[in-house]
Amino acid sequence: MALDWLKFFRTEPKNTANLAKERLKVVVAHQREGRGRGPEYLPKLREEILNVVRKYVDVPETAVNIQVQNEDGLEVLEMNIALPEQRRS
Amino acid sequence: MTKIVVVTSGKGGVGKTTTSASFATGLAQRGKKVAVIDFDVGLRNLDLIMGCERRVVFDFVNVIQGEASLRQALIKDKTFPNLHILAASQTRDKEALTPEGVEKVLNDLRSEGFDYVVCDSPAGIERGAHLAMYFADEALVVTNPEVSSVRDSDRVLGLLASKTRRVERNEARIKEHLVLTRYNPARVLKGEMLSLEDVTEILAIPVLGVIPESTAVLNSSNAGTPVITLPDADAGQAYDDLVSRFLGEDRPLRFTTVEKKGLFSKWLGG
Repeated sequence: MALDWLKFFRTEPKNTANLAKERLKVVVAHQREGRGRGPEYLPKLREEILNVVRKYVDVPETAVNIQVQNEDGLEVLEMNIALPEQRRS
Repeated sequence: MTKIVVVTSGKGGVGKTTTSASFATGLAQRGKKVAVIDFDVGLRNLDLIMGCERRVVFDFVNVIQGEASLRQALIKDKTFPNLHILAASQTRDKEALTPEGVEKVLNDLRSEGFDYVVCDSPAGIERGAHLAMYFADEALVVTNPEVSSVRDSDRVLGLLASKTRRVERNEARIKEHLVLTRYNPARVLKGEMLSLEDVTEILAIPVLGVIPESTAVLNSSNAGTPVITLPDADAGQAYDDLVSRFLGEDRPLRFTTVEKKGLFSKWLGG
């Protein structure tokens, strides 16, 4: 108990900048969802890739995720295809 | 060819007008023919920062509504005759700005042979801000190292990537530049302020300039002289670097680290 009180009075240097950064990352990621950030062909590209994948693997509608990101002035096309869990017996 | 540059941020009070004034002046210092337009209809301020508030006779809305010619409304800067200011209207409301009207003014500036048109955006993401960015070729996104400003800048980047003529016409994207203002390296070092690296990591656009928090900014706005015209001021030098970088010159960032000064050099003012 006494220790807690001591802690209360001690001024701990908190790194609030890191806190700000972490909070911003979450907020900005949320903000960017569904933002039409990227070329207009993106939805069509996604659909076509989904169809190709589906020729070989049975995946849900949401399996293909494509995003265009701007990294240091370079546009990067990032594609994620989630395959269903395989059951091995 | 005329290049249209919007200075925007979303959030208010982060330094859009300060940046517009110094950026336009810096381009003019380098011999470019420049027009700087205040898009903040109803709350004009660029004229004050440029020190020409007493010479405003006609404004942007007058030109759009055909009550004055563009030549009548453009205010020639006292120091740089190749720099022109188009003030916002103080009395009209924002509805007075129309896309057609703005486009016509920009086209007229094009045919008048301007090298650069700097569009000083109002805060927010409403009509004025939208029209300021709509015709732009490049964008200066002014941001403070502070959570609400960074978030708003990200919002604005989303709009730049979707709600502009270049996007609608399927042309090359607007070139986005980060201008980080009110930067205090000492506070960054203490972990009290987002660092330049933090902000660029989150916003993911290249940095054009870092302007240190500086007493010179208020002093220069008091006097109505853009801070870039004060060669001894840290913020003025930072804006000078920014303009040079914008024109393709390679200038290393300054004022981003804590300068270790002895008492002695402080006394000497060095």
